[in-house]
Amino acid sequence: MTTLASHQSEVRTGRDGFGRLVHAEWTKLRTVRGWVVALLLIPVLTGLGALLLTNVSCSLVGVDGQPVACVAPATGPGGEAVADSFYLARQALAGDGTITARVTSLAGRHTPVSTSPTPVTGGFEPGVQPWSKAGIMISAGTAQGSAYAAMMVTGGNGVRMQWNYTGDSAGLPGTVSASSPRWLRLTRSGDTLTGYDSSDGTHWNTVGSVVLSSLPSSAQIGLFATSPSYIVLAPTFGGGQSQATGTFDRIALTWPGATGRWIGTGIGSDPAGPNGPDPFTGSFTHANDTITVTGSGDIAPEVPETWDGVGVKAQDALTGTVVGLIPATIVAALFVTAEYRRGLIRLTFAAAPRRGRVLAAKAVAVGSATFVAGLVGAAIALASGIRLLSAGSPVLPMSTFTEVRMVVGTAALLAVAAVLALALGTLARRGVTAVTAVIAVIFVPLLLATLPGLLPLGTQEWLLRVTPGAAFAVIQSLPAYHQVLGQYQPAFGYFPLSAAAGFAVLCAWTAAALAAAGYALRRRDV
Amino acid sequence: MSSVGLSRPRAGGAVWLALHAEWTKFRTLPGMFWLPVAAAVLTVAVGAIAAGEYHCAGSMCTAAGGGGDPARISLTGIYLGQVLVAVLAVLVVGGEYGNGMIHVTLAAVPRRQVLLLAKAAVVAGLTFAAALAGVLGSMATGRLVLTGRGMTPANGYLVLSPRYDEYLRAGLGSVLYLVLVALLALGITMAVRDSGVAIGVVLGLLLLFPLVIAVMPDHALARHLEQASPVISGLSIEATINESSLPLAPWQGLGVLALWAGGALLLGGLLLRRRDA
Repeated sequence: MTTLASHQSEVRTGRDGFGRLVHAEWTKLRTVRGWVVALLLIPVLTGLGALLLTNVSCSLVGVDGQPVACVAPATGPGGEAVADSFYLARQALAGDGTITARVTSLAGRHTPVSTSPTPVTGGFEPGVQPWSKAGIMISAGTAQGSAYAAMMVTGGNGVRMQWNYTGDSAGLPGTVSASSPRWLRLTRSGDTLTGYDSSDGTHWNTVGSVVLSSLPSSAQIGLFATSPSYIVLAPTFGGGQSQATGTFDRIALTWPGATGRWIGTGIGSDPAGPNGPDPFTGSFTHANDTITVTGSGDIAPEVPETWDGVGVKAQDALTGTVVGLIPATIVAALFVTAEYRRGLIRLTFAAAPRRGRVLAAKAVAVGSATFVAGLVGAAIALASGIRLLSAGSPVLPMSTFTEVRMVVGTAALLAVAAVLALALGTLARRGVTAVTAVIAVIFVPLLLATLPGLLPLGTQEWLLRVTPGAAFAVIQSLPAYHQVLGQYQPAFGYFPLSAAAGFAVLCAWTAAALAAAGYALRRRDV
Repeated sequence: MSSVGLSRPRAGGAVWLALHAEWTKFRTLPGMFWLPVAAAVLTVAVGAIAAGEYHCAGSMCTAAGGGGDPARISLTGIYLGQVLVAVLAVLVVGGEYGNGMIHVTLAAVPRRQVLLLAKAAVVAGLTFAAALAGVLGSMATGRLVLTGRGMTPANGYLVLSPRYDEYLRAGLGSVLYLVLVALLALGITMAVRDSGVAIGVVLGLLLLFPLVIAVMPDHALARHLEQASPVISGLSIEATINESSLPLAPWQGLGVLALWAGGALLLGGLLLRRRDA
């Protein structure tokens, strides 16, 4: 009897384990000199965008035609930059209480259309703006950026409750007039402020209730009016300042220590400032239980894309992202097509017959490399860009979370777009076809969507909802505020989708392309 | 005794032979024929979509009031057409480097400037034909659609027609624009010798300028970049209204693109002469 020795292969199993596949693909990637150069170009080109910013200045011009130094806008309780200038008739009152007032009219006037934010001293035209506002307010103080909550009538958006610059809640619709007045009420109970409105003074609706934790015991209670700048887009870009006058009566203050004496204060107004006397200096009158308050400006987040907006957005520092995207996607596409061109793909598939795993390993290798390169580039670009920008113009602040989202988002955008290019390269198998597909899918729609005036705005926004370029929303540093009228267009860095949704669009493209590439790899010979 | 041999072609004949050879290569390669066809068709299709999407309201509808430029809108498809034209030019050169055919070609046509001339002539001729069809189709479509969207003499617009010098310049200039883009791509491909890299460099050069300028906050620098950009300067030839707002005058702008194309051809030609294959 003989026993048969088992003939086990000496080669250990697991040679095509996923870790080894990734290692093999990484070796292929890092040993081609041109690809390493291109990978190094990603952070360089992404970071170079920041260098374009050295010459940016805020182009404010005074009455005398000389440039005016830009003052950084105040910051609100949430840390965001705010436009905070209005006129307030106020009383400082401690403890809890209720203020009620009836608004019988909101009137306004504005400067004629001018193409640049130079102060205009005459030729005023009548009319209110959609976000001209007059109403009642409880505020932490008279400094710009103080915490507050207010009930107001607006020129075109009905009654609103607004708080801490970004909060906005709608009340009764319609415009205010003597025959159709609006009753407003604000109640303080500890840190909780509740706003009510009414059309007749007897039936009250709650508009909103907010907790202002930074409200001191003694707060400013008052009546205010203000009116933001306006924009016209045709025939050419222009706009001007505006002013609003609110008329209040039936004013009731149920507050311990309340008197009939009101103190007028112009918040954020600078009557003797570098622009000379402000034609819209605020004021108030008090006669026969009727108070009129006249003011100009806004109580809202600062938006650079308004007629008199100041500051620049930090996302300008990431202008180079689209430049860095080119080497990232081209390397990824050529990373796979080069194997087809040289025939190496046969060897690769002989060594690792499960082709889907090869594709996944390539995606991990090229995705990680571009992610790291993008992370370095975006971090350098944002840090140095903010520094360079601040030399010429105030950079509007943003939260640490937003900064991290912008940097990590840029890196993720580069990495996922590179994987999309890899999948397209796998489908195309030829370098030139793959790169052309990458350009046609990613860059051409992005170009059509961001070039101002090339396509109608609606079409541009639609393109940025459905094409991979939607992911550029991750670099948007400031949100678009519906309560501030500005040029929220792709050309000015405002995207139609949120950062997460835009990034999801790119991921969906990449997932679909990867699935198609995986399917094609299984069905094809090589 | 009779000598059997090839008759030696005259100097001028060498160019013709090389040209004929290049034409035969293009004609017989599968798929190549479709590139110029697709360039023309897609140019017209994108232009038709852009014209169909054009809407205006009130004072925006007049030529003086900030309304669109009928020639520019009709010719929006050039943005896509140029991609295909560039691919065509890249493949005519890069394809030979990809499969080694270039060795045979250079053996058959040892004088490299002759080869460059022949390839440039074939690419330019094909692009010219495709561009002419695309531009004529785009402007005809634009005339049909835009007249119904308020671009009428009543609003200060001339009817899209080659009778007017502005439109003739826009149309002819756009054809030349595409030919120059093709020659730029040809020169760059000669220089880098790889189709994938070449198309990346060409399209990067074409599309990056406008993408960066669109989001750049520094307007003075942006203006200079616009003047240097082959696409923005080159396409100023399309403008028929508001010419004063262009970064460069129309023909000057096309001249910038011609400089880019000439530079690329020079670089490609020099490298072709100095290198082995």
